[in-house]
Amino acid sequence: MSPNGLALPVVLPMLTGIALILLPRRAEWQRRISAVSTAVGFLIAVALIRQVRAEGIQVLYVGDFPAPFGIVFVGDLLSTLLVALNMLVAAAVLWYAFLTMDPERERFFFYPLFQFLLMGINGAFLTGDIFNLFVWFEVLLIASYILLTLGGEPYQLQEGFKYVMINMLASTLFLVSVSVLYGTLGTLNMADMAVKIAEVKDSPVVAIASVLLLIVFGIKAAIFPLYFWLPRSYVAPPGAVTAFFGGVMTKVGVYAMVRVYTLLFGVDDGFTYTLLVWIAGLSMVVGILGTLAQMDFKRILTWHIISQIGYMVMGLAIFTPLALAGAIYYVAHIMVVKTALFLASGVTEKLTGTTNLKKMSGLLTTHPALGALFFVGGLSLAGVPPLSGFFGKFTLIQAGLAEGRYGIVATAVGVSLFTLFSMIKIFRTSFWGEVRHKAAADRAVDLRTYGALLGPLALLVAVSVGMGLGAQFTVGYVLESAHQLLQPSLYIQAVLGSGLGS
Amino acid sequence: MNPLILRTSVRIHLYLLTLFSFYLLIRGHNEPGGGFIAGLLTASAMVLQALAFDARYASSLVPVREQTLIGLGLLLAVGTGVASMLFGRPFLDHVFHHTFLPFLGEVELASAVVFDIGVYLVVVGVAKWTILTVATGRAGQSGPGS
Repeated sequence: MSPNGLALPVVLPMLTGIALILLPRRAEWQRRISAVSTAVGFLIAVALIRQVRAEGIQVLYVGDFPAPFGIVFVGDLLSTLLVALNMLVAAAVLWYAFLTMDPERERFFFYPLFQFLLMGINGAFLTGDIFNLFVWFEVLLIASYILLTLGGEPYQLQEGFKYVMINMLASTLFLVSVSVLYGTLGTLNMADMAVKIAEVKDSPVVAIASVLLLIVFGIKAAIFPLYFWLPRSYVAPPGAVTAFFGGVMTKVGVYAMVRVYTLLFGVDDGFTYTLLVWIAGLSMVVGILGTLAQMDFKRILTWHIISQIGYMVMGLAIFTPLALAGAIYYVAHIMVVKTALFLASGVTEKLTGTTNLKKMSGLLTTHPALGALFFVGGLSLAGVPPLSGFFGKFTLIQAGLAEGRYGIVATAVGVSLFTLFSMIKIFRTSFWGEVRHKAAADRAVDLRTYGALLGPLALLVAVSVGMGLGAQFTVGYVLESAHQLLQPSLYIQAVLGSGLGS
Repeated sequence: MNPLILRTSVRIHLYLLTLFSFYLLIRGHNEPGGGFIAGLLTASAMVLQALAFDARYASSLVPVREQTLIGLGLLLAVGTGVASMLFGRPFLDHVFHHTFLPFLGEVELASAVVFDIGVYLVVVGVAKWTILTVATGRAGQSGPGS
């Protein structure tokens, strides 16, 4: 594949979205085309990973403008991995959406919007230009605004309004910090910025911009104390959308954080470390406290998102190869497992007609397969070996101990226990016990539909198990990718080295 | 109320604004202008019509479905990017060529203009959709409303 391959994860969803707008809005065609396109997108992303592993960081000079003047797309181990995971999770969510999305939403451009969302996310992962990153954030946000409010139910509009407002604020701050950086450094290309920042050492303006960017990405990633918009707004849209938002959207913020801190600013031992480690710890604790207070399947899961973001920030704060590897592994693990758990909650809602844990019980008697899949997913989230969650946490804690960061390690371990507790709470109230919910007799979910609904869930749980069992390979990969991140010179060399020559 | 002056002047403005928007669209490659601003100008012409007459009349001036406009516009814009990939060049690369056309003399034909036309169509499509939605209180399709 020529470097143009890097444009494909953006171009393919866009072309698919356009085709879906232009073609008649017949549900079965919309479904078929999105399914094929997303599957092909996943294969392309896997091909990109292989290419990056074989040939090193790939760079595409869009429009043949040399860096640092034009926009570049950069594929390294981290960004291509996230593109692949994004497409994988998207495929599972689409599969679930085919079975559950109501015809009205399908007719009102659900599938094209989903493709545009994928385009925005892939663009954000791949771009090497900070203003372009802003643009991709806008692309994915606009698609997400519509997906969140599509259907126009009062609760959706109420929460959608807040979601739009908070993200507009974040985008404005993003724009301000990008202009500050541009005004100081005179460049928007991230590789070039890294070079310039190294030259101006300890410039207060750069420090301000770095904290502003932390706030911006913190709002997107829902870290403490900027998480407040998330738990309520993510439960508003239909199950498939919630699952995808919960699994993928906040991780774009985490990715952006990791990218700017590894490439541009670095994490020093003083202020930045203290800031990040407190954010990490408090996000973990506040998120998990939120889950303890809730008795609603979906809401527990949305609060978990915040707690899990804390683990990723912890990896970034410690800033050793091992810690970053743990953070990347954790991002990958959460994208898969979180989506799986949200899908499980969606299936449960279809079966029982409620997400309130007090109104359901005994699902294990009536639907053992769902119970088993949720059980495995929940244990994986809590970090029980040999599932994927274990290796993420293990790596992070090992890295923390190696650096002597005992406070955050203790928090991480403690929060893990509570995660397990909250998963057990769901399992105990909804799957064990007497059959109390108005059973399948009332809700006409026949056996075939139920079996089909488990398909995407089983796929994601299998990926999680696979990630854990194949830890030799997966941990090796994230370590390699962390080493790449901590050597910004590789990235800079790839972007500027050949760009200046051409 | 019969806004006679508005209606009469708006009839003339329609041609002037549309013509000027085409001018902006074509010159936009090397000088200020371009697809987006040209699209906005056409949209403002439509809004003027909507104010003076009514929304459905204004949108009937662009007799193409708004979804088709947006879809085609996006397709043209991405198409110029993808076309360069087919020639083995980087995504969104562009070419231009100086050529002699009858009456116009020497002109520069650039593939980037196709991109601009795509943007123009998207903006006009969105404007039409917005006018219709705001005026009729219905989303999604042209049809009897309110």
